[in-house]
Amino acid sequence: MDYVLQFGQVAGQVPYLLGGAVVSMELAVISFGLGAVIGLACASLQAYGGRVARGVAGAYVGLFTNTPAFIQIYFLFNGLPEVGVLLPPFAAAAIGLTLVAGAYLAEILRGGFASVRRSEVEAAEVLGMSRLQTIQHVVVPHLLRTLFAPLSGFFIWMVLGSSISALIGVEELTGRAINVSSATLRSIEVFLVAAVIYVGLTIAATALLAGVGRFAFRVRMKVI
Amino acid sequence: MLALLAEQIPRFFTWSNVAFLAGAAGTTLLLTALGSGIGAAAGLAIVLVRTSRGRLLLPLRAAAVLYVEVFRRIPFIVVLFIVLFSIQAVAPDASLFTIAVIAICLVSTAFLSEVIRAGFDSVPRQQLEAAAVMNFPRWLVVWSVILPQAWKVVLPPAIAFLVMFIKDTALASQMGVVELTFVGKTLNNRGFSSLLVFGTVMLIYFAISWPLARLGRSLEKHLAPSRH
Amino acid sequence: MPLLAIEGLSACYGRLKVLQDVSIDVEKGGVVALIGPSGSGKSTLLRALVGLTKPTSGLVRFGDETIRYDSAASLRAARRRMSIVFQQYNLFQNMTVLRNVTVAPVMVQRRARATVEAEARDVLAKVGLAGKHAAYPDQLSGGQQQRVAIARALMLRPDLLLLDEVTAALDPELVGEVLDTIRTLAAGGMTMIVVSHEMGFVREVADTVVMMDGGKVIEAGTPAELFDHPKTERAGAFMAKVRRP
Ligand SMILES: Nc1ncnc2c1ncn2[C@@H]1O[C@H](COP(=O)(O)OP(=O)(O)OP(=O)(O)O)[C@@H](O)[C@H]1O
Ligand SMILES: [Mg+2]
Repeated sequence: MDYVLQFGQVAGQVPYLLGGAVVSMELAVISFGLGAVIGLACASLQAYGGRVARGVAGAYVGLFTNTPAFIQIYFLFNGLPEVGVLLPPFAAAAIGLTLVAGAYLAEILRGGFASVRRSEVEAAEVLGMSRLQTIQHVVVPHLLRTLFAPLSGFFIWMVLGSSISALIGVEELTGRAINVSSATLRSIEVFLVAAVIYVGLTIAATALLAGVGRFAFRVRMKVI
Repeated sequence: MLALLAEQIPRFFTWSNVAFLAGAAGTTLLLTALGSGIGAAAGLAIVLVRTSRGRLLLPLRAAAVLYVEVFRRIPFIVVLFIVLFSIQAVAPDASLFTIAVIAICLVSTAFLSEVIRAGFDSVPRQQLEAAAVMNFPRWLVVWSVILPQAWKVVLPPAIAFLVMFIKDTALASQMGVVELTFVGKTLNNRGFSSLLVFGTVMLIYFAISWPLARLGRSLEKHLAPSRH
Repeated sequence: MPLLAIEGLSACYGRLKVLQDVSIDVEKGGVVALIGPSGSGKSTLLRALVGLTKPTSGLVRFGDETIRYDSAASLRAARRRMSIVFQQYNLFQNMTVLRNVTVAPVMVQRRARATVEAEARDVLAKVGLAGKHAAYPDQLSGGQQQRVAIARALMLRPDLLLLDEVTAALDPELVGEVLDTIRTLAAGGMTMIVVSHEMGFVREVADTVVMMDGGKVIEAGTPAELFDHPKTERAGAFMAKVRRP
């Protein structure tokens, strides 16, 4: 009944946990970067592709945004060996998170594209700008400004979302917390420390992104 | 591969397995419903605290902000573990289902409170000033001016979060709550092909989540322009 | 003793001083008209009186009570006696016309719903909105919304009515309707502070005209004094401008 929190054993493991945080960031950056490529491709296909291409892109987005990422990764890790494909945990997690990120980023980018096509392009064409001028001076700045905040938010979401890779044995922050928890049996303490690291990590990332957004694109973003 | 599937399908879709899956889908839905229902009520309470005035409530306001900011920045699986181990330390008999519900509510409260706050902010300031000069008490402003206008702004993103919670509940399988994903893993361990098992489970998730996501998007389109 | 005495009132938006040392007396049953160029602080003065913009210094006395804007109870008491009609109507968009005008009497003043609704039908008929009880604000024209706002303020049975450019957003035809309403109120003995750009109307209904500029009272007097024999150069220049449309 009277559980006493003891952080002594866990304190020594903080550097190990912080190392895990680096792995978490790696997973987030990799899957966000590769996912952005997939997302851009899908959003373009959905906007300009033929019927089949639109259908395929739409099915991919629908499937991956409406099923749990955890099952997708679990399947990549535990299911693919059935057909002879053995993936190490990190690769399975990175691939799974990339596919998830691709689907969500396609949605975010599609929203951005739609907002451009509706409003400013017509105005630019009325003003007599050429196609290239319109893209350079109107479309790209508009996209950067409207998409920067949602993309930043999604990156933070990926940092947190990468934690599910712990469940197939990736030793990122949550995975290492699970390891320390089994070794020391100070479970509450370990996960509290992990939580604090996640909070610090995401606040730092948000602040950094807000700074970049402010100076590069004149976008104002709320840090807290 | 196909031969394997063909061989397993009749054995897989037995009454007992289908019932197992259906019950699990029910648990998934129940977890989501409880999480969003309680989360919405608690989220509203948080917004009411955050929009309160007076120096007396300042510590409460600060606590509300802290709560929201912290719980939106911790992965659900970590919250789940913290709740699991904390509750087991004080109440070893607590059911896993209860623990999962508590964890989901902690997170959904934080997210839904942000959605509700955006809804509150969408009500034009002028109407709040009109209410203030007519001496409306706070509850009346919320009940008769804010909520009837804010819900249209709140509902679409709230449904988007609902869809997210449905998927998050998959992680409760990790603690042993018998919901969809757990049943998937169990059947997989009983020797059924992962493609078959997880294909089926994903299809069920999809069947729950996709219509909701569509609903959210169409509400967003239809609620936005009209005003009463 | 005046019903309302404003003494040396000042207010700021950030570092911008929008009211500086404003003093005005309003007699019971009197009509004070506030005139002045755009941005001179007329709306801010009305907002300050009902405590929406906090005064930084000065006194406001209502009868023999001094309003304490930092005290919720004192402010509530003052707001029970004053009603304001905003420049942009500020109607509740989610409520019908009838609900807009009855919600405060029923829910705040705790008067019986049946009598309030009967009274509301009366007041709405007087402002020419008899057929519009069930309409929502966004189904009404600007002039109709403005009159709903006036009806809503009247339903609170205020001792003092504050009207902020209630004709500014209206086309000329509707201006007449709303001004008629105010004329009737004035004739009925309602004490009012009226912000208006309709100089003919001001001259007709006001007992006192106060000209503001840059947050200060430039000149105050009877309509005849201010319109025909302005003492200050600034008021003279303003009158010359508004008389020549
Ligand atoms: N919310 C605000 N924040 C900052 N400054 C404001 C705000 N509202 C008004 N002001 C400034 O205060 C000054 C007085 O404004 P006020 O609205 O009282 O003028 P007014 O005399 O009512 O003008 P109008 O005839 O255009 O309605 C103006 O300089 C205005 O820019
Ligand atoms: Mg004004």
